[in-house]
Order: sequence, then C-alpha cells, then structure tokens
Amino acid sequence: MLSINAVNDFVVRFANVNGSGSASANNMFAKAIFRMGIPVSPKNIFPSNIQGLPTWYEVRINEKGYLGRRDGVDMMISVNPQSIVKDIAAVKTGGYFVYDNTRKLHNEIIRDDINFIGIPMMRMCMEHYKDPRKQQLFKNMVYVGALTALIDMDEAVLKNIIAEQFAKKPKLIPPNELAIKLGADYARANYECPTGLKLETRDAVGDHIMIEGNEATALGAIYAGATVMAWYPITPSTSVAKAFETNCKKLRVDPETGKKKYAFVQAEDELAAIGMVIGATWNGARAFTATSGPGISLMSEFIGLAYFAEIPAVLINVQRGGPSTGMPTRTQQPDIISTAYASHGDTKHVLLFPSTPAECFEMTATAFDLADRLQTPVFVMSDLDLGMNNHMSPPLKWDDSRVYDRGKVLTAEDLENMEEFGRYLDVDDDGVCYRTVPGTHPTKGSFFTRGTSRDEYARYTEDGQVYVRVVDRILKKWETAKSLVPKPQVQWSESETKFGILFFGTTNYSALEAMELLEEEGIQVNAMRVLAFPFTTEVEDFIDKHEYVFVIEQNRDAQFRSLLINELDAHPKKLIRVLNYDGMPITADNIKNQIVQKNPLAPQLASKPTAS
Amino acid sequence: MSYIKPTFRHPTLPKNKIGFAKADYEGKISTLCAGCGHDSISASIVQACYEMAVEPHKLAKLSGIGCSSKTPTYFLDNSHGFNSVHGRMPSVTTGAYMANRDLIYLGVSGDGDTASIGMGQFVHAIRRNLNMVYIVMNNGCYGLTKGQDSATADYGSISKAGSKNMFQAIDLAGMALELGATFVGRSFSGDKSQLVPMIKAAISHPGFAFLDVISPCVTFNNNNGSTKSYDFVREHIEATAAIDYVPPKAQISVAYAEGQSAEVKLHDGSSIHLSKLAPHWNPSDRNSAVNRLQAAKTKGEVLTGLLYIDPESQDLHELQNTVGTPLNQMGESELCPGNEALDSINSSFR
Ligand SMILES: Cc1ncc(C[n+]2csc(CCOP(=O)(O)OP(=O)(O)O)c2C)c(N)n1
Ligand code: SF4
Ligand SMILES: [Mg+2]
Repeated sequence: MLSINAVNDFVVRFANVNGSGSASANNMFAKAIFRMGIPVSPKNIFPSNIQGLPTWYEVRINEKGYLGRRDGVDMMISVNPQSIVKDIAAVKTGGYFVYDNTRKLHNEIIRDDINFIGIPMMRMCMEHYKDPRKQQLFKNMVYVGALTALIDMDEAVLKNIIAEQFAKKPKLIPPNELAIKLGADYARANYECPTGLKLETRDAVGDHIMIEGNEATALGAIYAGATVMAWYPITPSTSVAKAFETNCKKLRVDPETGKKKYAFVQAEDELAAIGMVIGATWNGARAFTATSGPGISLMSEFIGLAYFAEIPAVLINVQRGGPSTGMPTRTQQPDIISTAYASHGDTKHVLLFPSTPAECFEMTATAFDLADRLQTPVFVMSDLDLGMNNHMSPPLKWDDSRVYDRGKVLTAEDLENMEEFGRYLDVDDDGVCYRTVPGTHPTKGSFFTRGTSRDEYARYTEDGQVYVRVVDRILKKWETAKSLVPKPQVQWSESETKFGILFFGTTNYSALEAMELLEEEGIQVNAMRVLAFPFTTEVEDFIDKHEYVFVIEQNRDAQFRSLLINELDAHPKKLIRVLNYDGMPITADNIKNQIVQKNPLAPQLASKPTAS
Repeated sequence: MSYIKPTFRHPTLPKNKIGFAKADYEGKISTLCAGCGHDSISASIVQACYEMAVEPHKLAKLSGIGCSSKTPTYFLDNSHGFNSVHGRMPSVTTGAYMANRDLIYLGVSGDGDTASIGMGQFVHAIRRNLNMVYIVMNNGCYGLTKGQDSATADYGSISKAGSKNMFQAIDLAGMALELGATFVGRSFSGDKSQLVPMIKAAISHPGFAFLDVISPCVTFNNNNGSTKSYDFVREHIEATAAIDYVPPKAQISVAYAEGQSAEVKLHDGSSIHLSKLAPHWNPSDRNSAVNRLQAAKTKGEVLTGLLYIDPESQDLHELQNTVGTPLNQMGESELCPGNEALDSINSSFR
C-alpha cells in the first residue's frame, strides 16, 4: 500500500462525542502545532446538542499559510464508535486511521487502502486512573500523546501548554503528563514512528495569535468604547456576549470602587435587545448587540426605526445556516439580503465583512465610528466559522492616539451659540444632520424622535413632499457612507485576464488558495475581496474590467450576486455563481472545480490567457 | 397636522422654584378626540412636573404606539421624547436608562401597547426594577385602530358595537404586584387630585413605578355596558387612601388621625402621606395589597390609589453595580484599555 507522505501539509480530524471533554485536548493539539511555528487552522464541527452526539475537530496544517478548509482527511483520530463507519470512509487512500483498539474493529469495516493504528486508549486509562470520569477524560490526552510520536509533535511544547493550562491546579499536571507518555510510548513500541505524516518546527507564524473571531469582536467593542451591550443567547453569537462580559470584568471595572463602567443586559428576546441598544445610543452611549439570522428577523421592525429615525446602532451578525432554525451549528453566509435590506419600507444598511479575527476587532471598532458618523445601524457580518473557531490571525492592533468619531452631536455650548436647531436639517449637505442627547441643555435642543414621517424640525407630518425630501436626504447619507467604508482589496494576476473572482468574509482563505490552484490549471484570475456594503466605485470598476466575474459565496441563492446586480446594475450574465452551502466552510478545491466547470470560455482559456 | 402654541409667556405667570411657568411644561396642542381621558392624564403630568420643579431637560419621555403613546407630544415640550414602536417602549427605556442613570424616565403606554404586544417587555422591565415611571393609559380598547377590545377589557364588558367580551381581563396592577414591582398604583384620568400626587411619588421612587390609569376612550368605549366608561368608573370607584405627596424638607400641614394614616419616606427625602386608610391594608405589605385588590375585584369595585410601595427598592444600576457617572459621559480615557493592555491580550493568545 502506498502511504501518504507529507511534511507540515496535511489534515488531521478528530471524531469525538460531544460533552466528553475532548475539546480541551484537541485545542492543546492545535496550539502545540501553532507554537512549533507551523500555520494551523482548527475547526469545530459540532451538533446542536449538549452531550452524546458526534462532533469533529478538523485541523489543517499548512506551512504555506493557507488557512481555509481542504477536502479529505489524511489522519483520523477516532474515539467515537457511533460515527466510526463514516469516519473510516472519510480517510484518503494511503491515510491513517488511529482508533481505540481496546475493542477489536469489525472485519467488514476495515479498508485495505489505509493504515490502521490501534492504541488501547480506554484499557490504558482503566489501568492507570481509578475514577471513571478521569478514565474518560484522560483518554483524550492519550491520543494527543500518541500523536507526539505518530507525527513528531514536539513533546516539550505540549508539556508547556499543559503546565500553563493547569497553572492554577498543579495537581492535574502529572496525570496529564502520564496520559501523554502512555500514548507516546505505546505508539513507539508498536508502530513505526513517525508515520508518513510529519511535523517539522518552522518559523512561519510570526507575531500571529490564535483567537476566535467572537473574542476579537468583543474586544473591538470594548476598545471602541461600547458601554451597553444587550443580547439574547443564540449560537453562534453567544460567545461575543460572553467575551464582552469576561473582558469587561478585567478591563472596565473601576479598581478603587469595584464598580462597572459598562452595562451588560441579557434581554428577554432579540426585540428587546435591539430596543435597548437603540435606547442607549439615542441617549448618547455606544451600544451594541450580537445575534444571528433568527435574531435579525426579530429585530427587523426596530432596525427600520433606527434607520428612519436616524439612531446609531451596531449589530454583530454571526451568521449560521438558515432558513428558520436551519443548521444552527454550521456555517454559511445566508443573511446578506435579509440584513442589507432589513425591515419594511425602503431601507438599506451598512455592512462590514471581516475575514480574520484581527478584522473582527478592527471592523467592530470601525462600526461604532460609522454608526455614530452616519447615525444609522451598522452590521458586522461575521459567521460561525470565523466567530467560533480559533484562527491564526495577525495580532489585534490599536493606535492609542485614535479618537472615537462620535459624529455630529451638539454640546450645550454649541446649542447656546446657534441660531436655530432642527434635528433633521441637512446643514453640511452630506445628508447627516446634527443631533442632541437628552439632558444637554435646559431649554434648547430637545426634539421628538419618532418612526413616523416628520419634517426637518422633527415635527410629525403627512405631507408627501416633505416625506420625499426626508427620505431622499437619508439616501444622500448612503453616498456619504461610500466615502467612509473600508475599500475592497484587490489582487491582480501576473498576466492579463478576462476573469475576476469576487468574494467577502471567510471565503477569503479558500479563494486566495483557489487562485493558485487555478493558475496550475492555466486559468488566471484577478481577485477582489469586498469589505463593505454600500459598494464603492472600485467594485463597479472591477466588474466592468472583466468579461466574467465569479462571485464566490456560502449560500444557495447567490445573495451577494443579487446585491451586486441590484445596487450596481451589473449585468447578470457577467456574474457567475460559485456557491457552497452544505454548512461547512467552502474549500479551495471546490472553488477551483466550480470555476473550471462553469468557465464560459472553456476551450480557449484553459490553455492560454487572453488579454482583456 | 401639528399645531404650535404661541410661545409668548405673560411675565406675571407664577413660576416654580427653578423659574419655570406651568406653560413651560406643556406640549403641542393635542390632536386626540375632545374628552379623551388621555388628555387629562397629560394635564396631570404637566401639573406634577411643574409643582415638583422637574428640570425639563432632565426628563426623557418615551412611549410605544397608540393614541396613548402619542401623548408625549402633548406634554413637556422641553424634554426629549421618543415615540418608539408598538409595545417596545420598555426596552428602549431600559437602554436609555443604562446609558444615563441621572435622568428621570417617564414611559407612557396603552393597554394594547402593554397588555398585548408589549407584555413581554413590560414584565421584564418590572423584573429588572428599572428606575422609571410607567403609566398605562388604560381604556380597555385599541383607540388608534378604532376600538377593538384590548386584553384589559373586563369579562362581560359591552363594546360600542354591542358585543360582549367573553375573555378574562388582564389586571395590570395585580400582575405588577405579583411580579415584584416596587411601586404600584391605580388611578383614574378624571381624578386629578389623586393622580397628581401619585405621579409625583412615582417620580421620586427609585425603581419601577407603575401607574395603571383608567382613561376612558370617548369615541370607542364610553357606551353603556362598558366597564371603562366615565360613568361606570365614577360609580364604582373606591380608593385605598387619600394620598398626599410631601416634597423633601417641606412642612407637613395636615394632621392625620391616629390609625387612619400612614407615612412612607422615600429615598430622596420626600414622603407620601396616606389618610383614610382602607382596613386590612398596609402600603408596604405586598400581600395585603394583593388581597385588597382581589377583594375589590370580587365586589366589582374599581380600586384606585397607591397599592404598594417598597421603600427599600434597589434599582437596576444598583443591582448591576454600575459606576455613578452616567455611562454616556465617558470617553476614550475612561473606556479604552489602550495598546499596552492589548499587547498582553495578544500574548495571551500565542
Ligand atoms: C407592529 C404593529 N402592529 C400593529 C400596529 C397597529 N396599532 C397601532 S396602535 C394599536 C393599538 C393601540 O392600543 P392601545 O395601546 O391601547 O392605545 P390606545 O390607542 O387605546 O390609547 C395597534 C394595534 C402597529 N402600529 N404596529
Ligand atoms: S380614539 Fe379614543 S383613545 Fe383615541 S383619542 Fe379618541 S378618545 Fe382617545
Ligand atoms: Mg387602549
């Protein structure tokens, strides 16, 4: 049999039972590789359930730094009998199947084109640990230990991680180390170590960090001065709230009095959560909420109020598989249209599309500036993949001289010195008007905020002409927004081409890798990653420049493509769908295959690139 | 249509202790139906704020949607107002209050706005003991959508079209008591002498102060057989006690008979004096309030007055242990942890 041989470029998948304590062992595995200086990207594939169902942890190791998912599993670590048949089938020919041989495998599931490596995980744990709970838990460390031998993972690095993890409970260090040793010794005694898959220490991660997108988002909100967070639990956004609270406890408590410089309200539902955000921002604080698709649906009425009454709000939409409850623990980008146009009537909203934790941090902070500057809701469009998985990311950056842009808010002094105040007067001709916060001035600047039509002085009106004036002026802000949102990033191919690929958010990882794969197939593409909606002229130019643009996204209906057509009058024939919506992050191979298949200029172009 | 009142004020108009005339607390001219109970409640709000010398800009008025929720336009023109969406005033007020604990929050709602679409938010604002005055202008119907029964319409009450309500009524005051509201009162739009001191006491109360104010809808629910009509309420009204609000440091002018009166001290130094107490009722005993309310219901009385007050009430900011400075007044220096902290955060992720 031909075994797979690879150094620093393979995929290891762990098949576990959820609630069995495997997460911490798996994290240590990924962290150890990261600390060996090798780029790594782990992904949790978990059920909507608390205990007992299959869960997988897939780790791609790639020295070149491609962090997207890759098809195929080189090594499976199987500790879940429930999914074993499927797990054996998932291994690539020549790959490795590491399993607990305390019990023998049935003959009929054995494949002869992969390597079976049995480690008696349970048996060794029963021999060395008395407590049944510990026997379960340390089984996880036994397979991590076996991996130190099987793929040459640095044991000293791993031991360091264990020591850090249990710094506060040092009693747990020796039994963990024992489990590592049991696994490693057994593997060495019974198999050729390392196998064809091998790690080699590198210096390829630089100053990067390993962090979940949601944690970075929460930190972004804290750095941006958010003082009120209102939320309702929903996967995959809950950890934004949790991280906001835990970090606020460290960073936002007055050391002398122990009092909090933040308010954290678990609302009764998403309607209330967004209502609280709007109440708080109306009253001059920075406030935000984090939710997912179902929450956005519930918040829609209020989102329209904030849009029309011109109240800033920051919403984090950590997207998950829809529609309805959909696939609540799987990733997608399915809320593009429902968020871009959330609420009844003519509404449209500013969206930001982060693709790394560092961008979650930066874009969340930017979202607060944009919301205040434009006096409108701003959405950070993350997703489950980005939010809930650890990602290798550039470090979070903050410039201490950065000043919050609180937008056009009048002080008592401003009011004192001005002749007339009209809340909705477009004084600066950019569509954005001056607002006042309650409590500012004893006799000046009060006004009535309402979701009904009103004139420039915030007085109720049903006069159609006034209404048109107001909604057109609000549309003017949309133009202003274009000058403020982050610009797209472009990567030009070496030679001229008629093809562009266009994508956003977490698709970034795989799209850039796909460029290289396409190149190998003789297809050159230029790439644009869109960072924000509204679309800036660069997006329009990019589409104009190419004969065909492949729009890569993770939903069934090509929603982003619809948005491009709707907003830019782009020709639908020019925009070719490249989609993935099975709930798993899109892979580079998948993108490449779809582009090769859908290539409208197939015969000519595959061989030689033409000039545009 | 929005009417603008003349802003000219006669120089000899009486002023309160911060120099404002009563007219300074008024709003735009009401567009509600002539005789609508809601307008009388607005007038009582104006009177209470004028007499208490509330600084207009230190009060925020918020509402949902309905005829009742329109009233914030018709009082306190110098205060910021927020007419939000149907049934969601409590959440907007919660957010506003989290942002600035120093203002007075006056929320106005209707029985449809509160007892149906907004029930969830109402209930949760009570749980959190949000520091606000929450007034329901209760007419037993949806005025603005032309008279449908609301969830507070009494069983057996007859609508203008002649149909009899076959569903149980939600008693908002009773519910607020059950849910642990720290101040609960009921009044009648037509009884200003009772309503004005109740509003003042509610403003002084540091926590959720709920006022269920029966407010007849003259257009859709003032007919014979309606239990929310002016006539019915006047015939069946009963009060727990006569109420008097005494501001901080003021002299008590009335002498109350022993055993027939009670005084409740409020946090800000003011107090509430109650005379002619109903038997078996103590304003700071929740059980006695629940019992008294139930007894009145059985007898077919409309029980008004202060029902319950918890003088030890701790509001949401106290419960959350927030800093004294309003959160909306903090800037980068107080809120942003800075680059050095971020460096150590980054290294904790390596
Ligand atoms: C989401 C939504 N549904 C329905 C309405 C229509 N609507 C407006 S006011 C109202 C009822 C108001 O009743 P109430 O709160 O009792 O106020 P009243 O007019 O009686 O003072 C309804 C159903 C709305 N504005 N919003
Ligand atoms: S319809 Fe009823 S509630 Fe509405 S304004 Fe007229 S009287 Fe008042
Ligand atoms: Mg009503």
